[in-house]
Amino acid sequence: MNLRSSVDIISEWDIVAARQLGRNEAKDVGFGTVDQARITTAISELARNIYLYAEKGNIEIKQISEGNLKGLLVIASDKGPGIADVRKAMEDGYTTSGGLGAGLPGVKRLMDDFKIETVVDEGTVITATKWMR
Amino acid sequence: MDKQIATYIQANIDKILEKWKVRMEDDQDDRFFQIMSDQVIDTTVREFGELMISSLTASEETYDEKLKDFSVQIVRYGWSVTFVLRALTNFTEVIYEEMEEAGLLTESNYKSFREILTNWITPLNHSVVDAYSKVWEKTVNLQKIALQELSASLIPVFDKISVMPLVGTIDTERAKLIMENLLQGVVKHRAEVVLLDITGVPVVDTMVAHHIIQAADAVRLVGAKCMLVGIRPEIAQTIVTLGINLTDFTTTSTLQRGMEQALALTNRAIIEVNVK
Repeated sequence: MNLRSSVDIISEWDIVAARQLGRNEAKDVGFGTVDQARITTAISELARNIYLYAEKGNIEIKQISEGNLKGLLVIASDKGPGIADVRKAMEDGYTTSGGLGAGLPGVKRLMDDFKIETVVDEGTVITATKWMR
Repeated sequence: MDKQIATYIQANIDKILEKWKVRMEDDQDDRFFQIMSDQVIDTTVREFGELMISSLTASEETYDEKLKDFSVQIVRYGWSVTFVLRALTNFTEVIYEEMEEAGLLTESNYKSFREILTNWITPLNHSVVDAYSKVWEKTVNLQKIALQELSASLIPVFDKISVMPLVGTIDTERAKLIMENLLQGVVKHRAEVVLLDITGVPVVDTMVAHHIIQAADAVRLVGAKCMLVGIRPEIAQTIVTLGINLTDFTTTSTLQRGMEQALALTNRAIIEVNVK
């Protein structure tokens, strides 16, 4: 099974669309309410980062499976400014926008696998996976 | 040339409409023609034909007026904009074909003919799209206002205690509104404790949490205490995982428990009375 769907993030309301899609997909895979909330929140953070820093980008959500394990893969990609210091961005409390600075490290904790690929001035691709247990 | 086209359409309107209808039926899944009664289709199409003729014969002002009325009417029928635009294209194509068959369209006058038709169809397309987008804009605006009205009202429940129930997604604009209403309400109702109820907020991410923390801080500055109530179990877990620090203010799972604590804070309690 390889279902994929995506939402373009252009305005603040697209964040809502992205997480709605995430919630539906998570429900579809069979995640419980707590994991649904985790996935939706993670998508919300990623989408908001796109909206805040890159202005536009895309959130792609894929249902994946590995053997008996089912899961949901979230890919957040943008062609924004990139992240200059990834190590710092992953620190709790570090922020360049006056927020709480819990977004990226939070997403990493909310999901099971987490990967950032970023090039300054070229963009960022973040992939995060949640497996169903 | 204008006149020629107009008279031709006028004379052959039935034939053109028949052909147009066949084309539309081929083009569209039959659903559309099943939903609409024959009469509605017929009158609308006839009106449309007249409109096209008047655009070539009548003065510009009358035409503009008629065009506007027609667009508004079409929007009211609730037809999809794609369908209407396709109908317009098909109509023009039918006229081309028919006039070519009738021998009125030759190679020598083809260019001027095309110019006339383009000048004629383009404003029509624009007007239809314009009418549609106006209706959409209006709807969106109305909904925005409706949303704002439901957005964030502070309800004085008891003396010194107010509640702000939050329902739905919190975006930047709404967060600003929450802050304003909260502070204004606290001062107006002389509240000492404010309960922010987030039972109806679907997702609490760092942005929402940040706004709540800021609002609570501001409430503290005007001399009241802010409590966060209605934290569902799954929200509690995500807040902890995100690493958001909410230790600075009192939080409870339900509004009811929050209310009990708020009453205790203001040295009051709800007691049961025995009525004979």
